[in-house]
Amino acid sequence: MKLDAKIPEGPIQEKWENHKASVKLVNPANRRKYHVIIVGSGLAGASAAATLAEQGYNVSCFCYQDSPRRAHSIAAQGGINAAKNYHSDGDSVYRLFYDTVKGGDFRAREANVYRLAQESVNIIDQCVAQGVPFAREYGGYLANRSFGGAQVSRTFYARGQTGQQLLLGAYSALSRQIGLGQVKMYNRHEMLDLVLVDGHAKGIIARNLVTGEVERWSGDAVVLATGGYGNVFFLSTNAQGCNVTAAYRAYKRGAGFANPCYTQIHPTCIPQHGDQQSKLTLMSESLRNDGRVWVPKRAEDCQKNPNIIAEQDRDYYLERKYPSFGNLAPRDISSRAAKEACDDGRSIAHGGQGVYLDFSDAINRLGESVIRERYGNLFEMYERITGDNAYKTPMKIYPAVHYTMGGLWVDYNLMSNVPGLFVLGEANFSDHGANRLGASALMQGLADGYFVLPNTLPDYLARVGAGRPSVNSEPFNQAEASVKGRMDKLMSIQGKRSARSFHMELGKIMWEYCGMARNEAGLKKALERIPALREEFWQDVRVPGQKEGLNPELERAGRVADFLEFAEMMCYDALDRDESCGGHFRTEHQTDDGEAKRDDERFAHVSVWEHTGEGARPEKHVEPLHYEEVHFATRSYK
Amino acid sequence: MKLHLKIWRQNSATEKGAFERYTLSDVSADASFLEMLDILNEQLIAENKDPVAFDHDCREGICGMCSLTINGVPHGPERATTACQLHMRHFKDGETIVIEPWRAKPFPVTKDLVVDRTPFDSVMQAGGFVSVRTGASPEANATPVPKPIAEYAMDAAACIGCGACVAACKNASAMLFVGAKVSHLNSLPQGKPEKDRRVVAMVEAMDSAGFGNCRNYAECEAVCPKEISLDVIAQMNRDYASAKIKQFFAPAES
Repeated sequence: MKLDAKIPEGPIQEKWENHKASVKLVNPANRRKYHVIIVGSGLAGASAAATLAEQGYNVSCFCYQDSPRRAHSIAAQGGINAAKNYHSDGDSVYRLFYDTVKGGDFRAREANVYRLAQESVNIIDQCVAQGVPFAREYGGYLANRSFGGAQVSRTFYARGQTGQQLLLGAYSALSRQIGLGQVKMYNRHEMLDLVLVDGHAKGIIARNLVTGEVERWSGDAVVLATGGYGNVFFLSTNAQGCNVTAAYRAYKRGAGFANPCYTQIHPTCIPQHGDQQSKLTLMSESLRNDGRVWVPKRAEDCQKNPNIIAEQDRDYYLERKYPSFGNLAPRDISSRAAKEACDDGRSIAHGGQGVYLDFSDAINRLGESVIRERYGNLFEMYERITGDNAYKTPMKIYPAVHYTMGGLWVDYNLMSNVPGLFVLGEANFSDHGANRLGASALMQGLADGYFVLPNTLPDYLARVGAGRPSVNSEPFNQAEASVKGRMDKLMSIQGKRSARSFHMELGKIMWEYCGMARNEAGLKKALERIPALREEFWQDVRVPGQKEGLNPELERAGRVADFLEFAEMMCYDALDRDESCGGHFRTEHQTDDGEAKRDDERFAHVSVWEHTGEGARPEKHVEPLHYEEVHFATRSYK
Repeated sequence: MKLHLKIWRQNSATEKGAFERYTLSDVSADASFLEMLDILNEQLIAENKDPVAFDHDCREGICGMCSLTINGVPHGPERATTACQLHMRHFKDGETIVIEPWRAKPFPVTKDLVVDRTPFDSVMQAGGFVSVRTGASPEANATPVPKPIAEYAMDAAACIGCGACVAACKNASAMLFVGAKVSHLNSLPQGKPEKDRRVVAMVEAMDSAGFGNCRNYAECEAVCPKEISLDVIAQMNRDYASAKIKQFFAPAES
């Protein structure tokens, strides 16, 4: 596997401008000769599809939902960062770049992050022009707030639904192009394989989820904007349909998968109510400004009504361990501390997974009306889900899987090591290193789709020339046969267990051994149990119904089958990365006060995994990371 | 909890459907409505029967995918709550719950509780956008937008496109959905240049997709999980009338 990041020469401030000036272009009259396949219609996919279509390329866009407007970008609440410096509080492109590299614990590629910060300002301009109703001040100008990991106010927001509003902006631009006939939209289609012709990505095999037909699509290039793999844990804040299949199929066709062990665990989610739980819901991190986190000091108090537990019998463990940051300790630290308290037998919720977030002190100090004004909608949401009134009794919270920083490896042009295969948004690995800062996912998705890919994809197209292959060529025959063979196999087993039950079991293994805290012994155990579970799946799964027509269980079985393979690669990566960094915490590598201890000598690199055959250990390749602008430092919360 | 379910089963758009009865026991009162359906489906798979197909994705009330009519009401009994955010504690032990798909002619049933809502996308493709190319936008703060207008636009933009409004309406009218989009874009300065063109195109697309007319039943407003106000329909009607009058006097301009 050849990994050339293709980072342009020159000072970091000039790389992107120089690069744009040097790439090849396609003449406007020739663009209609090219066909681009885009898989996914979230922020990255929709914005890329709309922009390429505006330029004159023919675009086919695929999504598994019934409408492109429903992609999971829609669920993002908090906001989107941009270095506009509207508050004149010292923000700049450089500072956003610096915060992102540092927040990523020095495991992101500098040049990509700098470009992200540069493009952030254009995103806001574009979204406002589309009619995105951002929050405004009385003067009519855009409002900003601050977010974790930054000392400036640079986060733009639209109430608690920023993701929805940005997605609807991209969806409207996409809809316009669909109306003009420049984009062909295929809803309820799922990509099941990537087709390579002479080593270049030239098509996909997709299943029409309504008719059940397996279809062949060819193009001059393939763009994956298919999101993250958080659902490998079964329970996460992701939507039910989020899956790794498209990215994993590309990996099996030769694309390198980078840093799969980097996952982000959000500390404040509503805990599991029981074994019937299907997903976890996030509660905004802002609650920790006024809430105090605690568990009882004694395990026998855990079942008691929290309001009768005396002050001296409570362990405000964040305040105890991190006196200067207290309840506002960073995401990874807070998450791990909750796990430690629960592992110590002091959980206050089902299954040993829950701690209190208590507002009684804040209510006594400020009054209920102030708390209601600040967090009313969150308390309402909490009550809707749990049935509890958090003004009267402490909230129960627990960390949950939220975002995955790893993804398919891409170069500076967002092209994977497979020529013609581009990867955008959460599906790629490039910008967040080992930990993503809040309000940066939306920024990356839109930067990739609106501003990066439309400048880099044409260069590839111009170099290879127009001429997509016939869908009747041999590589398509072969890929379709393999997809159909796999589906037939899934349908023919007719065992005793549902795909969902396997998914739940896999999730438990991953959460236990490859979750918030990992260690060598646990990962080795996971690496024994995952192949065994996978084998059982292929012996005993039961997929009801037919291949023809809508069959959600067949869709699920295919996705679970891929998660069962992918999980193993994730554990290999977590085991190999014998250091702690960002969201990847190896218990063997921590400072005395429990902070992640990086090993820059050995691990200042991207780990890129190459598929070597089913069930075989993937082969590791390395892209070294060079820091010319930001120097290694330890993140400190003192 | 023990529950009796009466669920609409229909194999495909062209075949006839019918209600089927199921009984579930041991459902947690803390489970969500869709988790209750997950339990049913696990039970059906164990019995070697075909599970119930239903649409769902984010399960946090924002993607607009879930689309169940529960005891005759789209999204069920709780106000301002999507089916995925509805929890079983709002039902009684031993209760019979009737679950149907959206019932509206423009939304044909694909299978069981899954319907086809692509006519909403068609309306959006006709005019639900501001025609601005990527890169053609001016500096974001160049045009101030008064806060009340921004808030009004945001209220309308909160629509999740679930289609409950259509399902609740005797006429299967989509005017709350279309009105929300028109009000959002037409009220902002960025949407003004295409105001007339937009409303006429979207109303025409809505009519040709087979959605009915508004008769002020206001059922749509009552079931809307995002509490979109009927005012958006009034605004759409005003904008439409004004566009049509302008068109009448100056046909060449639009």
